[in-house]
Amino acid sequence: MTDIAWIDAALSSARPQAVAALLRYFRDLDTAEEAFQDACLRALKNWPKNGPPRDPTAWLIFVGRNAAIDRVRKTSRQTELPSDEAISDLDDVEAGMAERLDNSDYRDDVLRLLFVCCHPDLPATQQIALALRIVSGLSVAQIARAFLVSEAAMEQRITRAKGRIAKANVPFEAPGPIERSQRLASVAAMVYLVFNEGYSASGGEQPARAPLCAEAIRLARLLLRLFQAEPEIMGLLALMLLQHARREARFDADGEIVLLEDQDRTRWNRKMIAEGLALVDKALRHRRPGPYQVQAAIAALHARAARAEDTDWQEIDILYATLEVMQPSPVVTLNRSVAVSKTRGAQAALDMVEPLAAKLGNYFNFHGVRGAYLLRLGRQAEAREAFDRAIALANSAAEAAHIRQHLDRLMKDNAAAEKPAAAKK
Amino acid sequence: MLYTILCYNQEEVVGAWTKEEDDACMVRLKAVQDDLVKQGKLGPVARLLPTTAATTLRKGSDDPIVIDGPFAETKEQLLGFYMVDVASLDEALDIARDLAVANPGVGSYEIRPVQLFFPNGNT
Repeated sequence: MTDIAWIDAALSSARPQAVAALLRYFRDLDTAEEAFQDACLRALKNWPKNGPPRDPTAWLIFVGRNAAIDRVRKTSRQTELPSDEAISDLDDVEAGMAERLDNSDYRDDVLRLLFVCCHPDLPATQQIALALRIVSGLSVAQIARAFLVSEAAMEQRITRAKGRIAKANVPFEAPGPIERSQRLASVAAMVYLVFNEGYSASGGEQPARAPLCAEAIRLARLLLRLFQAEPEIMGLLALMLLQHARREARFDADGEIVLLEDQDRTRWNRKMIAEGLALVDKALRHRRPGPYQVQAAIAALHARAARAEDTDWQEIDILYATLEVMQPSPVVTLNRSVAVSKTRGAQAALDMVEPLAAKLGNYFNFHGVRGAYLLRLGRQAEAREAFDRAIALANSAAEAAHIRQHLDRLMKDNAAAEKPAAAKK
Repeated sequence: MLYTILCYNQEEVVGAWTKEEDDACMVRLKAVQDDLVKQGKLGPVARLLPTTAATTLRKGSDDPIVIDGPFAETKEQLLGFYMVDVASLDEALDIARDLAVANPGVGSYEIRPVQLFFPNGNT
């Protein structure tokens, strides 16, 4: 039971709650992190010998707090540290401690820790890096790899972020209900940013960045365990599970993007889909819709369709219309146009995206989608122009390659002239 | 005599396993199950989704309360279970409500989706 792998997993799953509680005691990120490190070292020595404690998180908080206090004493008066045997004897103390640390304490502690990371003074990239380092406990090297920057650069980014937080005024009193829900909303947005850092990675970058998706899912699960009745957190977790479920099918062997409708759906992860669908059902019961729930419901409709042609585009169109009201954005409208192209045809879809040109003119996907509609309407010269523009604006090789597939198809169609519609595969 | 063997562990820890660790564990378990199938001793086997996907119906009033999350009371014990094949959570909750009418009083039903189900072992 107490093999190293088990202890490792137990330590990393206890980390957010333990560091969060230690932050409440010490009100300083570095001290809280060091205290947790000390507690982990002692756990590695102790647990194999004495068996794991009943409540590993409470043990780590208790031992971490004492270790940090001892360190202060040691440096000031050179007092001796207690022996590890003494620590193993704290079973009774630990039980009392676990009782006092009820769920509501954990809730606000963890929320505060995550909230500290998404402080508005920090740019998004620093927020994510800080959350991955402090809450998830990823090493600087791991985070640097995921962001494709050097370790030194990432170290600097995290140090700078911590410096800004130390100067900012982080409130340590328990939040009121309105403040709590505001914090939860910013934290949810940050978790989704972490997810998208992993999800938007192109084929070649996938192996390094996909762990970010798993980490975001883990954080959302942690939030949901603490805030069990929040439909938007259910929606967020469902959305990420349903998107991540397609991971194996999203890129071909060459690392090129495979469109949703061309994906091999047998490679979708059924377990994640089952969990995502169950969470969507749970959330809908609350009748308190929000953007994550609507996006999850859209992903759920894709997940429910056994074949691309079984997709309920009518319903997806309605859901995107809802999302446009909740969270108006040209990208949402662009996405909606795809559903419109399926239900009302390419001309209706093109009419919907043309007015977005001013806002999305520098977004590669706008030109890609527009090009696809033009192509379907037989306006080949304009389609080619749109695809060329999309390739010029693409952020990654995989994005450019994806647009090139359209261009290749266009060229083939041209070559096969005089034979319109018949050329598709 | 029929027995059920109920599996308990920390879900955060099991959930943190890598796919390789999880697969390796499933292979080891399958070997045990295969043996039991040969001996004709194995009935249905199920792996449940995380408790974050659970909903609980608490009895004790005419209109039972639906709570998000798993059953959390420690004073009550697990006395039985049903497995139902339904289209939605609402349908499962309706069934639980019917059960509550048939067996009124205190107690709860936790409705937890199933991740994997093998009617006759993992074979």
